[in-house]
Amino acid sequence: MSGDRITKALLFISSLTILLLGAGIVISLFGGAIPAFREFGLKFIVSPAWNPTTGSEEYGALSFIAGTVITSILALIICIPMAFSTSLFIAEYYNGTRTSSILRSLVDLLAGIPSIVYGFWGFYALRPLLVATGLSDQGFGVFTASLVLAIMIVPYATSLSAEIISMVPAELKEAAYSLGATRREVIFSVVIPSARSGIIASFILALGRALGETMAVTMLIGNANVIPKGLFAPGNTMASVIANQFGEASGLKLSALIAVGLLLFLITALVNALGKLIIKRFA
Amino acid sequence: MKNRVIFLMVAVALILASCGGGGSQAGKQKQVTLSAAGATFPQPFYNLAFKKYNEAGGPLINYGGIGSGGGIKSLRDQIVDFAATDAFLSDAELAEMPGNVVHIPTCIGAVVIAFNLPGVTELKLTPELLEGIFLGNIKMWNDPKLLAVNPGLVMPDMEITVVYRSDGSGTTHIFSDYMSKVSPVWNAQLGTGKALNWPAGIGAKGNPGVAGTLSQTQGSIGYIGFEYAFAQKIPMARLMNSAGFYIEPTLDSFSAAAASEMPEDTRVMITNSSNPAAYPITSFTWIILYSDLAYGNHSREAAEATVNTVKWLTGEEAQAIATSVHYASLPQNAALQAATLLKGITYQGEPILK
Repeated sequence: MSGDRITKALLFISSLTILLLGAGIVISLFGGAIPAFREFGLKFIVSPAWNPTTGSEEYGALSFIAGTVITSILALIICIPMAFSTSLFIAEYYNGTRTSSILRSLVDLLAGIPSIVYGFWGFYALRPLLVATGLSDQGFGVFTASLVLAIMIVPYATSLSAEIISMVPAELKEAAYSLGATRREVIFSVVIPSARSGIIASFILALGRALGETMAVTMLIGNANVIPKGLFAPGNTMASVIANQFGEASGLKLSALIAVGLLLFLITALVNALGKLIIKRFA
Repeated sequence: MKNRVIFLMVAVALILASCGGGGSQAGKQKQVTLSAAGATFPQPFYNLAFKKYNEAGGPLINYGGIGSGGGIKSLRDQIVDFAATDAFLSDAELAEMPGNVVHIPTCIGAVVIAFNLPGVTELKLTPELLEGIFLGNIKMWNDPKLLAVNPGLVMPDMEITVVYRSDGSGTTHIFSDYMSKVSPVWNAQLGTGKALNWPAGIGAKGNPGVAGTLSQTQGSIGYIGFEYAFAQKIPMARLMNSAGFYIEPTLDSFSAAAASEMPEDTRVMITNSSNPAAYPITSFTWIILYSDLAYGNHSREAAEATVNTVKWLTGEEAQAIATSVHYASLPQNAALQAATLLKGITYQGEPILK
């Protein structure tokens, strides 16, 4: 059938296009980053200096790597209790009920909110709250950004964890019940151990999302190009500095920004690969 | 299967035909479309002026506010008819352009020091105080140095939050150009540029971002385009100028800064003007275009429309629009200079304006 062949060819072409696009992005990132790495060498990765003034130009990515890693990990830590308990609630306690399906759609809805809206919410609602508590003078900083990031990644971690928890074989649970285990014991001794790798992987994939988030972070982190001095001090992340400074950058600075992009790409790829590896190893 | 393929072909043909039809209709109106890109600082003025010019029968102009640097790049790549920049091109940048580039000043913008302090609407600042605040050495609003310049003001015991531009920007360039002129410490530590290595404070993206952060954050102070502070009703400080007067930011005090000698190519920074009535942080903003517009596949029509647009922009009608959106109009010497420069613009060697 010629129809089959056409379909096959179309599918082949479109998947090849994706592959070529991905390769093209990596190649152009590498190409653009070469001048920065030639100028600063590996010092680019370990130096926190970011001085764009003509004549004394010096670029290092460490402040942004630190900002990205700190906000993402902090977001993950805040996200874990929320996402973990929600996924247990949805997939174990209330599995199959109307409450569960409503909650599930609400969580999915959170994933659909554009990041700029989270940014606005953080800027106008969360920030004044933090100032009112006296924790921070102006409310901008690592903690504010992490808090909003955490809420943004909750839906990713929750839906994947819930999926995996609901896949735990009913026979296992029934066997435990027949031995006289309580519900809590079943959850903590049977469900969680058998879903552990999947749950861990879902959090690692959520971490991957947090690493690359730009708009909401840039509105809340304070955009100071230094290693954050504390939880409530301003900093900047890799994605955020690129979004901020790309427009007017040229020459060495442009190359330095592309190099930051390349590093972010590598870190994200590494984290995602780690997540996939865990799923593969234990699933 | 076959039927479906034929149906698809017919549909595609119909769509193509309808597109073609639309295209030729637009052609009949003979409306020239120009594209331009560059600075966001004068964008409110350009957007309004270009819209009015188009309504009055002028060309349709697509202006992309992508930043001065982006505008210069676009002009260098010859993908726009003209570009706009807040920082004039250096000799080195001019040498990199594929053709001879002309700067036409279009209006004067000012950078104001806006602040958000509960109960305080008037504030006087000196260059020394600006240096201290923006370098993070004066940390509290009730610092004795601030009180000495503002006797009688009740300053809260509150930390100063400096807000700066996190993106590269002409506004930062104008502010740092001024600070480098008045403060040797600033010049040595930060210098002049579109983005700086700020030692204190927080960054916000774009003039609107800084305006939003200032109006939402008590105890904050930042530099921002005058029209943005004006629109959001954020209090602005009076600055001490080079003659020692505290000058309120107004369109008149901005224009006063530009009333001095003008170099022929109009490439001049007018910050820290010696005029005793001048507000110290002001700057021209420029349209840049090639001195011969026959490049790439640039038509004579587009070239004529470009020169006429820029000529109109520096004329009385458009200058009144500039004032209405809080930019100071060009003083006479600058307007005359712009007219002379425009007369020198050619297409294939022939002057465009007769």
